[in-house]
Amino acid sequence: MQQPLEMIILRQLASYLTIPMWMMDGAGDLIFYNEPAEALLGVQFDDVGPIRAEQLVGMWQVTDTDGELLPEAEFPVVAALTRQVADHRAVRFQAKDGEWRDVEVTAIPIEGQGKRFLGVLAMFWEVEG
Amino acid sequence: MEVTSSSGRLLFLDAGSGIRGLGEDADGLDRVDVLLTHLHMDHILGLPFFAPLLDPEVDVHIWGPISTTKTVQERLSRYLSPPLFPVRVRDLPSVTFHDVPPGVFELDSIRVIADLVCHPGPTLGYRLEDSGSVVTYLPDHEPALCSSDFPGPAQWTSGYDLALGADVLLHDSQYTDDEYRERVGWGHSSYTQLLEFAHLTGVKTLATFHHDPSHTDEMLDGMHDWLEARADGLEIIRGRPEVVIEL
Repeated sequence: MQQPLEMIILRQLASYLTIPMWMMDGAGDLIFYNEPAEALLGVQFDDVGPIRAEQLVGMWQVTDTDGELLPEAEFPVVAALTRQVADHRAVRFQAKDGEWRDVEVTAIPIEGQGKRFLGVLAMFWEVEG
Repeated sequence: MEVTSSSGRLLFLDAGSGIRGLGEDADGLDRVDVLLTHLHMDHILGLPFFAPLLDPEVDVHIWGPISTTKTVQERLSRYLSPPLFPVRVRDLPSVTFHDVPPGVFELDSIRVIADLVCHPGPTLGYRLEDSGSVVTYLPDHEPALCSSDFPGPAQWTSGYDLALGADVLLHDSQYTDDEYRERVGWGHSSYTQLLEFAHLTGVKTLATFHHDPSHTDEMLDGMHDWLEARADGLEIIRGRPEVVIEL
């Protein structure tokens, strides 16, 4: 099954940018993240993805900046997915290489022609600890 | 490009200069449908000269791509209005515009599947399904631009679902490989990419379409010979005026 053209173009753009980017489809399945995101998350996309939404929960341990476990509902990507609004927050997470990293995450809903909700794009900015 | 459905419905695919001469085929009909892939000039140039558009006895239904903010009628009105043309859309006797977002609609016996494809500006491709036969129309298409590993995974290939297993694929055949290298991003395909796309999607017949206007008949013959030598079971139809394909 082919992805919508907007998502195909977005993936292509993401593959050329140095900003870590993560893409989910409208059902919340993780369909792509780019090489800068691979470095941040500690695992290559091809080694783990695509990942269905229900399998994503718990794959990365995420806390707020004080180290308190962050409820899934407060993830920016969940806000963009379920409420279709942009969201941004600072979090800590444990990458697959075992390192804890501080990042700021911005997630935006992707809406295509005809008001089709296509998914979510999240961008990460690593915060130097 | 003219299509007659199994139920006798007449459709036109795009409205370049060739549609003027095809207007006569609508004589005696009370309805015709025009499916526009996009609104670049070479695809709408003939529309004001399409006789049914000015005939109050014929209902003309124009289907085409919206932009993110404008309807197809609003977009076409920039062309169908002075100073580019003396007749305004509102003065046409019996025309109905249909916005086509990606999706499915029915025209008598034809199930039309429309989807966005890789070409500058909002551009649709069409898959027409009728009585078990499938024709896919992708006249302006550069799938290689949207993929870093073309012909890569189907999931990430523009136009894949539209073309999958089609009996006939009419596809952009604009460039030689050398020409393409100079024109990446112009929205068209090279012969190599065309062949790779046809093999990836498993179509049965490939009809070349949308030739570069600078190509001579000799060049086109040479390019078609090149395609046929690599067809590997794929039937190749040399796209030229007045070719009739019956399914």
